[in-house]
Amino acid sequence: MVDPSALFESGPRQAGLAVSLRGVTKVYDNGVTALGPFDLDVVKGEFVSLLGPSGCGKSTALRLIAGLSTPTSGTVGVSQPSGRVRTGPAIGFVFQEPTLMPWTSVRENVRLPLKLAHIPAAAANARVGQALKQVGLAEFADAYPRELSGGMKMRVSLARALVTDPDILLMDEPFAALDEITRFRLNNDLLTLWRDLHKTVIFVTHSVFESVYLSQRVVVMTSRPGRVGTEFRIEAAEPRGEDFRTSVDYAGYCRKVSNALAPLQQKPPAS
Amino acid sequence: MNALQTPLASVESGAPGGNGLRLVRIVLPIVVLAIGVAAWELVVRVNNIPPYVLPGPAAVFQTLVSDWPILSRSLLATLQTTLEGFVAAAVGGIVLALLFNQSKWLEYSLFPYAVILQVTPIIAIAPLLLIYLPQQTAVIVCAWIVGFFPVLSNTTLGLNSVDRNLAGLFQLYGASRIQTLRYLKLPSALPFILGGLRIAGGLSLIGAVVAEIAAGSAGSGSGLAYRIAESGYRLNIPRMFAALLLLSVAGIVIYGVLALTSHLVLRRWHESAFGKES
Repeated sequence: MVDPSALFESGPRQAGLAVSLRGVTKVYDNGVTALGPFDLDVVKGEFVSLLGPSGCGKSTALRLIAGLSTPTSGTVGVSQPSGRVRTGPAIGFVFQEPTLMPWTSVRENVRLPLKLAHIPAAAANARVGQALKQVGLAEFADAYPRELSGGMKMRVSLARALVTDPDILLMDEPFAALDEITRFRLNNDLLTLWRDLHKTVIFVTHSVFESVYLSQRVVVMTSRPGRVGTEFRIEAAEPRGEDFRTSVDYAGYCRKVSNALAPLQQKPPAS
Repeated sequence: MNALQTPLASVESGAPGGNGLRLVRIVLPIVVLAIGVAAWELVVRVNNIPPYVLPGPAAVFQTLVSDWPILSRSLLATLQTTLEGFVAAAVGGIVLALLFNQSKWLEYSLFPYAVILQVTPIIAIAPLLLIYLPQQTAVIVCAWIVGFFPVLSNTTLGLNSVDRNLAGLFQLYGASRIQTLRYLKLPSALPFILGGLRIAGGLSLIGAVVAEIAAGSAGSGSGLAYRIAESGYRLNIPRMFAALLLLSVAGIVIYGVLALTSHLVLRRWHESAFGKES
């Protein structure tokens, strides 16, 4: 578990950090080292992508930050929300699959985190409505998950992560299973949400194009065990949009990141 | 000409194909039943078989009507036993599965005995139960023993089939054990529980019948199975058939009611409740 008290010493350098991983390793019961040692600092309000091939431990890193898994060694620090009444964990998590409860409506799915935190119904209703509006699904509150398209399910999942108003949003290849058109639209909506809501986003993906388009910083990870390989800072005029996606700068960044990724993928024996 | 017409015809009949097929599926078994009953009656009449050897369907139906006061009372008695056994099996199976799910120790200690109860033929246990328990209780216990295991094993399977990511989500939001059980595990397990109940319904009837038959010679019971045993001793074969018919109908109705319940509960979300087209 992430020890809530294992936070940062209140040093000036570290005051602005949302997440800090120091020498974190994760060894599974079968002896496979999935991660590490792994170091990562994420500043508050930053949009960081973890990019790497399948099995490089990027999802493991995310689960460690979320506290869904415990590190074998090292420390995982997550900043606590400051100056406001806490109504839930500081973290929202969006899984690779929508991970919705099929037996209940969109509204109840989004309400779940509030229900688990015993928030009174009136306050919860307002926030569920707001979260659904943020992802553009206000009219679909009474639909059941199976009645929605893949993109809409993902939006519900996003609304559920936003409903507790977390400071940090962890996203584990959330759009990997979607078609490109839907994925582009969700990318743009996610950027808008990030700008409006001032969240810290850690986004795991295996798509070079997605990581460059979305992030301020791309962390390329090496495989087996997962470590930080190269880091790229993506500088682009905000707000980013379709102009950026078709720009020469964008293509240049994509080439650089791809090149950083390419040798990493050749290293492990063909498997 | 013919070669051209054939595909056309098949296209035309293909349009209402869904409905037509459904009709065929209802009509065909009825036709088979009618043929079977007619053949049975014919064989009995042509060969002049006396009713105490093999009564014809007409004679059986006549007995059903004339003996209705006795048979209906027996039917009610058997249905009541079945229902009590079923409720006991449902509650016992679900509660036991929930306890097993919460405590591995309990599961390891008790599960083997649940299996033993299940694999020991009930017909062999029934006479013993009848010695130690009052007859009505023994009959219900029999119905319970056969019925509870499918509920237990299905519910256990369901509780263990929770989506891993959803479980992670509940953990992330600090859900308590009770919350996880109520909002995650039980709804996930619901289709499995309903499947178990559907099996248990039919088995409870079998348990009740077995116990009644075992008690038949000694007891003062009045269920349908007791009627069958009693009629057998009196060579009242038409009544045996009539009682058997009622038992069979009761089994079909129990299954139908449980299947309908399951469909109604799951129709909005579970795959099993949707047709192949969606």
